[in-house]
Amino acid sequence: MHLTLHVWRQASPDQPGRLVEYPAPDISPDMSFLEMLDVVNERLIERGEEPVAFDHDCREGICGSCGLMINGSAHGPMKLTTACQLHMRSFKDGDAIWIEPWRAKAFPVVKDLVVDRSAFDRIIQAGGYISAATGTPQDANALPIPKGDADWAMDNAACIGCGACVAACPNASASLFTAAKVTHLGALPQGQPERERRALAMVAQMDEEGFGGCTLHGECQEACPKGISIDAIMQLNRDFIRASATKVDVAEWTGAA
Amino acid sequence: MALTLDAKIPAGPLAEKWDRHRFEMKLVNPANKRKHSVIVVGSGLAGASAAASLSELGYRVSCFCFQDSPRRAHSIAAQGGINAAKNYRNDGDSVQRLFYDTVKGGDFRAREANVYRLAQVSVDIIDQCVAQGVPFAREYGGLLANRSFGGAQVSRTFYARGQTGQQLLLGAYQALEKEIARGGVAMFERHEMLDVVVVDGKARGIIVRDLRTGEIESHAADAVILATGGYGNVYFLSTNAMGCNVTATWRAYKKGAAFANPCFTQIHPTCIPVSGDHQSKLTLMSESLRNDGRVWVPKRREDCGKEPSEIPEADRDYYLERKYPSFGNLSPRDIASRAAKEACDDGRGVGPGGRGVYLDFSDAIKRLGRQAIEERYGNLFEMYQRITDEDPYTRPMRIYPAVHYTMGGLWVDYNLMSSIPGLHVLGEANFSDHGANRLGASALMQGLADGYFVIPYTIGDYIARTPLPAVTADHPAFAEAKAAVESRTRTLLAVNGTRTVDSFHRELGKIMWDKCGMARDAAGLRQALEEIPRLREAFWRDVKVLGTAEGLNQSLEKAGRVADFLEFGELMCRDALHREESCGGHFRTEYQTEDGEAKRNDEAFAYVAAWEYAGDGVDPILNKEPLAFENVHLSTRSYK
Repeated sequence: MHLTLHVWRQASPDQPGRLVEYPAPDISPDMSFLEMLDVVNERLIERGEEPVAFDHDCREGICGSCGLMINGSAHGPMKLTTACQLHMRSFKDGDAIWIEPWRAKAFPVVKDLVVDRSAFDRIIQAGGYISAATGTPQDANALPIPKGDADWAMDNAACIGCGACVAACPNASASLFTAAKVTHLGALPQGQPERERRALAMVAQMDEEGFGGCTLHGECQEACPKGISIDAIMQLNRDFIRASATKVDVAEWTGAA
Repeated sequence: MALTLDAKIPAGPLAEKWDRHRFEMKLVNPANKRKHSVIVVGSGLAGASAAASLSELGYRVSCFCFQDSPRRAHSIAAQGGINAAKNYRNDGDSVQRLFYDTVKGGDFRAREANVYRLAQVSVDIIDQCVAQGVPFAREYGGLLANRSFGGAQVSRTFYARGQTGQQLLLGAYQALEKEIARGGVAMFERHEMLDVVVVDGKARGIIVRDLRTGEIESHAADAVILATGGYGNVYFLSTNAMGCNVTATWRAYKKGAAFANPCFTQIHPTCIPVSGDHQSKLTLMSESLRNDGRVWVPKRREDCGKEPSEIPEADRDYYLERKYPSFGNLSPRDIASRAAKEACDDGRGVGPGGRGVYLDFSDAIKRLGRQAIEERYGNLFEMYQRITDEDPYTRPMRIYPAVHYTMGGLWVDYNLMSSIPGLHVLGEANFSDHGANRLGASALMQGLADGYFVIPYTIGDYIARTPLPAVTADHPAFAEAKAAVESRTRTLLAVNGTRTVDSFHRELGKIMWDKCGMARDAAGLRQALEEIPRLREAFWRDVKVLGTAEGLNQSLEKAGRVADFLEFGELMCRDALHREESCGGHFRTEYQTEDGEAKRNDEAFAYVAAWEYAGDGVDPILNKEPLAFENVHLSTRSYK
């Protein structure tokens, strides 16, 4: 296949970026999208031009490193698929493809298609865990958990932290990411003691990072490569409202850190 | 100078060694722990669990990873599960049996005491992970579910759909983030370790490159832990993530840490076959699929081009079931891989280039229904379909072996300390527990055992017993190491040749796969030992790395890693050539039984080969740690 790429190039965070056109002839439909970029990069290097920087690692759709806006869609046209698992057979010979980084205030561009997603780590730091220091807890089977609850926890724990939900959201909200973790831990008995504080602290951190609020557009669940449902956001809202009503002191919770 | 390799295995009966050792260890007073600092390199299962646990104890921890977040370490990609001797199924499992299966699965090339401890702490891992909220699969009654894995006749594998590694890693990552928030861990993402700094004979710090700014930084501590994973990417094509590399362990080797059994590499039997020259990596299909999938090839070569559905039952060769009736499709990985290669070498492979065998689920779908199969393996089937454009529910999968895991790694003693005092090595980066072949679902177990339950004890003993005068990053040893790293970076950028880094990596990978892959022989290895130095010389003369040392430069990162692989590959071949026997993943064609099984030589090779760096261009020194088997009988592995 012969394609034309329009790729966002930006040398560093403080320099302006622009879309640059690259012809991409002789692309095999069996290549993954990132393998296609590898080929384009090899050709650039041979011509003495700097290759396009993009984050990627496992190329199996699980590490969450890759994240590209492909023709305006997060991770491209295929549902439930990360950019690394997208194959060129999803495109047609002669197509023009626009490739851009995630666009969000809380995800500043580092270089070309690489963005800084450390805000996600800080949201987890705010409360996305169960405090269970390494030691000798009770036997794992001493705490039966209904299969449905465990499955629901797992559905939400499947989040790979790629940031597609933020990129797809018109408000650049991190609500689906935050909600997935709140819902995963809140579905389990082990997660109950910290449940209310978790919701308050994680939402507070999300706001502080500069993510927008959720207005339930639902673009996030459409873009999520792991199929995480917007139902998680309903759960987050319930937990948040309940916690606000019981006046848990967030400052004390985060200040205790 | 040959090293003295003291494994420091505690005295006493096998089952009591760890308890006794824990009691005899010196402790660090809780108030003193905060005066001690530990560097952890890597944030996968071993690194994240170690960093979090040490911080919880009170040590000041700095943790480094090259990814943009510790959550992305390659442990995340492990699919199938984690073993533990819980015996929840009442099917005869025990610590002793998990120990025995692991030693036997490793073809009697692992250290008994380490493996026994691994089996002992396996049960604590499951408890700890459940306490953290890891959503393991459960039965309707609410108790934990199990599945079977290769090399075992009990059902002891715990799992979270087909993404167990992800869930275990997120558990450890969340514990790590909790400690970062508390101020116990300083996290350095997008930082790559480029050297270990040794002061007065002890590891006291590291040199790293901040991948965003390009700045070379020095970090000092009382002890250093490497949890930097395996070196499977020396083959270019492997199931490892693109960033996996040997650099941290290789630089430690060049500073005096012995490298043990580098030729012990694992070729995983169930991966999606190569589709073309553009291929950047291979994708694993979890071994758990072999629970319900049946492996076969056509009996006749002329049937290979037919649609699988057109080949009647009578014309199919279910070769694993035929050759290994008691383990069948659940034979260990090395055996299943080699059997696939033999079938393809015999001209009975299927798919492009004839390098593939079928993994067929039609019987399981008939027996259990499509929904049950979907529940067990849905995400794997989807992944397969996306990559191959074929539907595994209606057409058997095509699979072929691929490089997956490396059993070799830096030599460590029972306390997980390398031959450099103060430098500890955990997880896949060390050599200790899997011998010549790792059983499925044991890598996650070992990573977490090392990080949660071994290093928190043994590093305390080291710190309590060792005089550690204050060392800061201003020490001349840091300046020297930093200057060397900077000079190497400048050299890589200055070559400005004609070939890309990847082109060298591909060429090295082909040499390694052809001559030091699934089957090896002396002639091929000798050839590789001539080809690799030539390729390395060409690399330093003709590589083209664009851009500058400042700021993000992914070509430069890759170039540094490939430069190390070009040195390391030679050590692997050297090790493979010297080990004149076949064991586990190391199959020397000269040493096989009449029916093509690996032929071990316990008299001559029941030892760990620990290679010691002796200078560039000088042959490394071979040190041997004899392996004593006092609790298991050295037998010929049989899975028939």
